[in-house]
Amino acid sequence: MRESTIMKIHYATALGAVVLVAVHVLFRITMGSFSGSLEYEQVLANYKFVPYAVMLELILVLLSVHGFNGLRVILLELKQGRSYEKAVTYGCIAGMTCLVAFGSRTILMASMGMT
Amino acid sequence: MSETTFAEEQSSTEVSSSKTVTLRIAKFNPDHDSGQQFVDFKVPYERWTTVLDAVLDVKKHLDHSVAVRYSCRQASCGSCGMKINGRPRLACFTKISELNSDVVTVEPMNNYPIIRDLVVKLDQMFENHKKVQPFLLREDSEITGPTKEFNQTPEQLEEYIQFANCIKCGLCNSACPTMATDSSFLGPQALGQAYRYVADNRDKGKNSRLKIIDDSHGIWRCHFAGSCSQVCPKGVDPAMGIQFLRGYLLGFRK
Repeated sequence: MRESTIMKIHYATALGAVVLVAVHVLFRITMGSFSGSLEYEQVLANYKFVPYAVMLELILVLLSVHGFNGLRVILLELKQGRSYEKAVTYGCIAGMTCLVAFGSRTILMASMGMT
Repeated sequence: MSETTFAEEQSSTEVSSSKTVTLRIAKFNPDHDSGQQFVDFKVPYERWTTVLDAVLDVKKHLDHSVAVRYSCRQASCGSCGMKINGRPRLACFTKISELNSDVVTVEPMNNYPIIRDLVVKLDQMFENHKKVQPFLLREDSEITGPTKEFNQTPEQLEEYIQFANCIKCGLCNSACPTMATDSSFLGPQALGQAYRYVADNRDKGKNSRLKIIDDSHGIWRCHFAGSCSQVCPKGVDPAMGIQFLRGYLLGFRK
């Protein structure tokens, strides 16, 4: 993939994440007290409400893609070398996939009531 | 009348007394020395004495072994780039009197391998410069008929002319924080020159050049610190050129 395409995705995920996290924070503030939103039953209720669970899944994907690409960029600037750069790129893709898979599993299990 | 004016001008010119400054020169020979060492020299200076004059004064009278690269002495050749009081500058373009300091420290430029003392290896910069194809790319040429010359309007010239002032002194690369850690980064000099040709309406190689800079160590590694533009002795603004190039790659500019 061309670097410009990766960076377009990087910027788009940053913008998307800012918007969705803002919606998420607004929900926490407007739908009761902020501290109350962290209560166990309240968290489970969020996951069981499908549109909200979809939004959380989207935030997870956007932040994972953005964060791991940011990490890749930092590591590429830190050290250079063909094998190192390949390891960083594939390592970041693997890390991102694992994080998205683990987070999605949590969201799916909670939304299906498997707690 | 003109003679009188000239006489008045002469008498009004303040002739400063000869003052002295401590010139701290970084000395390092990679073949013999384990690390850089500073050697202090007391040198006289006048209002018009440049740092290069002072270094050459030391070389002539106090220490012949000081290694320094220079040529034109008028900020045209870009040979005498060095770090003067912590900032990359051209030694021939920096007057001691303007530094307002009793101690003038001269060191080799950052982000380049040191050959000796104040002389650095610029090979990588020239390699990167060549990579971005710093010439007009098109099928025809001004000398092949039936074409004559490629006319440009003043507005078309304005698009790139400041970037054509680059003298390849390498100060921008020396000031660049990305270059300090990323040795494969193209650098502001090469990217500024890429923009110079991309913005030239006579050039037809925009896509080829954009492909070269659209690399994992290309244009996207610039963090827009802007120090390259700050230190340029010719008023070139590579940071701006880099942002314009990003505009092409993101589709904001055509």
